[in-house]
Amino acid sequence: MDGILLGTLFALIAYGMALQWGVMKIINIAQGELVILGGYIAYFMYTAGIHPALGVIVSPIIMFFVGLFLYKTVINKVVNRDLFFSILATFGISILAQQLMNIVFGADVVVAQSNFGTTMLFDNSVTLPNAKIFSALVSIIFIIILLIYMKKSKLGHAIRATAQNARAAKILGVDTEKVYSAIFGINAALCGVAGALIAITFTLHPYIGLPYTVRSFMIVIVAGLGNLPGVALSGMGLGVFEEFADYILGTEFRIAAVFLLLVLILVYRRFKLSRKREYLA
Amino acid sequence: MRKNNLFIYSLILVLGIAAPFLFPAFKLQISFMWILVVLALTWDVQGGQMGYNSFGNILFFGIGMYMCAGVQIGLFFPLHEWTASGGEKTFIHTPSQYFQGLFVGLILAGVVPAIVAALIGYGILGLRGQYFAICTLGLGIAAGEIASGIELIGAGQGMTAPPWPKGIGGTELRSQFFYYLCFVLMVVTFIFLKWAYQTRFGLVLNAIRDNEDKAEAMGIHTMRYKIIGWVVSAFFLGIAGGLMGNMIGYIEPVEIAFAGATYGVFMVLMAILGGKGTLWGPVIGAIAFHIFKEGFWIFFLGWQYVALGALIVFIVVFFPEGIMGSLREKFPERFGEVVDEADRKAQVELK
Repeated sequence: MDGILLGTLFALIAYGMALQWGVMKIINIAQGELVILGGYIAYFMYTAGIHPALGVIVSPIIMFFVGLFLYKTVINKVVNRDLFFSILATFGISILAQQLMNIVFGADVVVAQSNFGTTMLFDNSVTLPNAKIFSALVSIIFIIILLIYMKKSKLGHAIRATAQNARAAKILGVDTEKVYSAIFGINAALCGVAGALIAITFTLHPYIGLPYTVRSFMIVIVAGLGNLPGVALSGMGLGVFEEFADYILGTEFRIAAVFLLLVLILVYRRFKLSRKREYLA
Repeated sequence: MRKNNLFIYSLILVLGIAAPFLFPAFKLQISFMWILVVLALTWDVQGGQMGYNSFGNILFFGIGMYMCAGVQIGLFFPLHEWTASGGEKTFIHTPSQYFQGLFVGLILAGVVPAIVAALIGYGILGLRGQYFAICTLGLGIAAGEIASGIELIGAGQGMTAPPWPKGIGGTELRSQFFYYLCFVLMVVTFIFLKWAYQTRFGLVLNAIRDNEDKAEAMGIHTMRYKIIGWVVSAFFLGIAGGLMGNMIGYIEPVEIAFAGATYGVFMVLMAILGGKGTLWGPVIGAIAFHIFKEGFWIFFLGWQYVALGALIVFIVVFFPEGIMGSLREKFPERFGEVVDEADRKAQVELK
């Protein structure tokens, strides 16, 4: 149960990743850092005396502009280059963000208390913190909003057109530059939401961003680009897997299990494809 | 031209041998610099020559480090008691034990990562492009996390490498000794790669980089060559790791041995800064990078990683071709390339 609730959160982050990867053809290693940064915004509201759940609304707005800023300064210079450069550039951003957060917020593990209480199910055999239910609900709401937005709005159309063929879209009058910056902003906003939820349900620490990046990467690989139901499902699957790994292997191997699963999935897909003499690219 | 090259090589050799006497205060720093050169050179076998951007070569570095220290201790004392004592020197190596241990340890530090590379190579080198990059990134980090969960090698606490034996000179001799080991390793790696790039092996690697499918269609067993390339990298990286562990004297899983976020990225950056796909690029890049980095450490203490992140972004955005790459564009004749002006103009117009 925990795993499924956790999984919706992962799916939210992974959706932003899928957007960038599918449309802009870049892989953002700094995804996890954006999440953590969003979490710190919620944490700040908490220390200022505002209920951290409101961070779900405030932090995406701030993060949207952070995303725009990042796009304008760095990403627009690597977006047309080889994919490897975007990986490296975002890796640089990730180190930068980690250290800045370390200096500004300190290296302590923090958590925003939401005082949500817990729900008991089935005669107290299953306990569910309300905060986790809340975060799962918010994730689902945001995913649905985005889904509708992508289908109906003009920008959504433009984004999908760019994803199919950036050059043709440009010829037909789509301002791809604007689309890219919008995507990066939306992605950062999604990360902001996810971060605020993590601040409520889990803990925050400047250095735990990378596992979130890898998780979202894994979800996107398993689900395929632009396959939203797949992203949600594989997100939940990953959540459940992690809970099991935590239980069976012990907490110290939890992160290792995530990373090894990534390697195994990739290698498995490689062997499956190589039978048809194709490859992942 | 030939004579000129010989002059440069001998100059570097003399400088390298004389450096500990010229700059005695920076001996350790220069040793680190040679290690970094090895890292950049071995990364370039994948990243530059073969076109496989690996973030996980740090795996072999870490394995070499643990292997070397583990063998040095394990040959003479029970390893688990050593790590359990947590750095308290309850066991002391005699000089002959120390050097025997170091010798065997360094050899195994090269061989074991090479075997590991050969074993996992078949699965992983079949991936391409960004999948390979992310997969190796995951591999490197997973290795660090696993190492910090194993009790025998000190888990998250880390373990200490055996201290320099008493009775044969102090720390001065120790740093001198390791300096020359590092220098020799660098020179051997450089010469080996220089030779290897001139053989069919180098040509095949470049063919794989340019178009792997075509190379395969020409009847080259690309997978075999890719694995050999990885094994070569792993071998030299492992030895470099073993030396590094001994020089630092303390091995910690995530920050030192499997330091994906520092050395793992440094090797990529150094190769790119210098110009990937060239023999001299990684060397120049590593030296420039190290000097730059140490400058940061001195002037921006506390902010060094912030500066580092900014530097990474800066290098990637503005110098994707690297120092050697931009030199090559300016003076193509110097690099033995025949430039057809008409062809070049035609290509510019095409762009």
